[in-house]
Amino acid sequence: MGHNTQMADEIRLRQEEILKKWTSYQLAALTLRRDLLKESGLREESRRFLELFADAFADSADSAATSWKPVKDHLAEISRGRALQGFTPSETATFVFSLKQPLFDLAQQRAGSDEKRLAEMLWDLTMLLDKLGLYTTEIYQENREAVIRRQQQELMELSTPVVQLWDEVLALPLIGTLDSERTQVVMENLLQRVVETGARLAIIDITGVPTVDTLVAQHLMKTVAATRLMGADCIISGIRPQIAQTIVHLGVNLNDIITKATLADAFQVALQRLGASVVKAPQAN
Amino acid sequence: MPVLRDELIGLRSMDDVIKARQLVRDCAIFQGLSLVDQTKLVTAASELARNTLIHGGGGEMRLQALNDGSRRGVKVMFVDTGPGIPDIELAMKDGYTTRGGLGLGLSGSKRLVNEFEIQSQPGKGTTVSIVRWK
Amino acid sequence: MERIPILKMGPYLLVTIQVDMHDRVAMMLQDELTERIVSERAQGVLLDISSVEVVDSFIGRMIGNIASMSRLLDAETVVVGMRPAVAITLVELGLALPTIKTALNVDAGMTLLKSSRKTSTNARASR
Repeated sequence: MGHNTQMADEIRLRQEEILKKWTSYQLAALTLRRDLLKESGLREESRRFLELFADAFADSADSAATSWKPVKDHLAEISRGRALQGFTPSETATFVFSLKQPLFDLAQQRAGSDEKRLAEMLWDLTMLLDKLGLYTTEIYQENREAVIRRQQQELMELSTPVVQLWDEVLALPLIGTLDSERTQVVMENLLQRVVETGARLAIIDITGVPTVDTLVAQHLMKTVAATRLMGADCIISGIRPQIAQTIVHLGVNLNDIITKATLADAFQVALQRLGASVVKAPQAN
Repeated sequence: MPVLRDELIGLRSMDDVIKARQLVRDCAIFQGLSLVDQTKLVTAASELARNTLIHGGGGEMRLQALNDGSRRGVKVMFVDTGPGIPDIELAMKDGYTTRGGLGLGLSGSKRLVNEFEIQSQPGKGTTVSIVRWK
Repeated sequence: MERIPILKMGPYLLVTIQVDMHDRVAMMLQDELTERIVSERAQGVLLDISSVEVVDSFIGRMIGNIASMSRLLDAETVVVGMRPAVAITLVELGLALPTIKTALNVDAGMTLLKSSRKTSTNARASR
């Protein structure tokens, strides 16, 4: 471990020199997006990293040691920032990997003609920087996944609007696939609106649902059953010819739910059920 | 896994079942579960508590509030030393019925929760464990 | 021991179920209800579950029993006020109660009872 402390001291001593080389490598890397990153910001991040790196390296060459936590935290912050700005994982990892050359140069100088020592140092350094580089990628991934999850949630909520077509008639135009998670959101939305509007009929339009297989049919049935328990009947509209075929071929039983080809037809049925009708007003002359 | 709360409740009477339901509901609220998820969990707990009482001859319920670092949840365990279930697979089939009409409610309860485990030995007893995450 | 109140509302009986019913209370309710249907010559039963937060298979069975028994006594049952969370849970549980009439509230329930009575009497008369 004596080597490491010496190396760490050397890094601190030659900080400006290393920084200069390192940042020029980062900027030169073809993947770096100069439009997105300010040089001054980059230098600050790099300087801070080098300081933390030296401190941690003086303690241990193993990145799993607790002394490396500050370094990892700093990397996580950088990675998060890069992810939000739209950098790729590789571009983000370049931050760490481009530090190899300057540090190898330093190691070479320190090792002199001692080949064995040089090999050890290079190995330690490369192992260390590889792990740290991969760490940035992991954090990057986590963040992207969190963004995607958030967007999925928003999309689900936005894509299940419930429309009041008439007194006591609601319409739910479904767009996209109906998986079990979405079905939960759909049911909650629809039932809430039934309570709010006192609706007695709900038209579920599936024109925008690309495929209806057994699972989708089950989800539809659940939605209809739950709505019925709230005292409202359902009509399913938007049964395309292909869907009708699929339903029959799969042997899916839509029980005795009223189905119509178009929303307009369904609306007509709804009005009939309520004992209402739409009449053309006499033309005023 | 860090457990925030851990309670043991005896299930020896219908009053206990009613009290148990309320405790599960409180825990679900404490852990921030949505209203629908609360209802699902409490309903499943109600089914299983009744099972423990009626089919298991009485037993215990263990209620835990879990905190798995990134998510929070509620775990409920039902233990009895009753006759046990000879064929668990059969009992878990939808519509399976013993005396009492609508069956052991096991398959239904399973659908209401995120995690479901059951162990039973004829003559020794039954343990059912359910978890609902936020 | 609490008892579930049964109120007479014109030709119908209104049963308001409070939360957390005890087994014995449920049994007593079914007994009393069937007796009252006959003694009051009720034409329908309104089962108000708007205060019920949890409906498990036991309560579900009870509701089913009440509906079946009333039907045998020539009175239709309408379950009113089911909460959305309860409806979703019941469906997931596999207890969709398909043969039971439902309505959003007591008013809607009474309207339903009136209209269904009309159609059934007409049907019988036209035979």
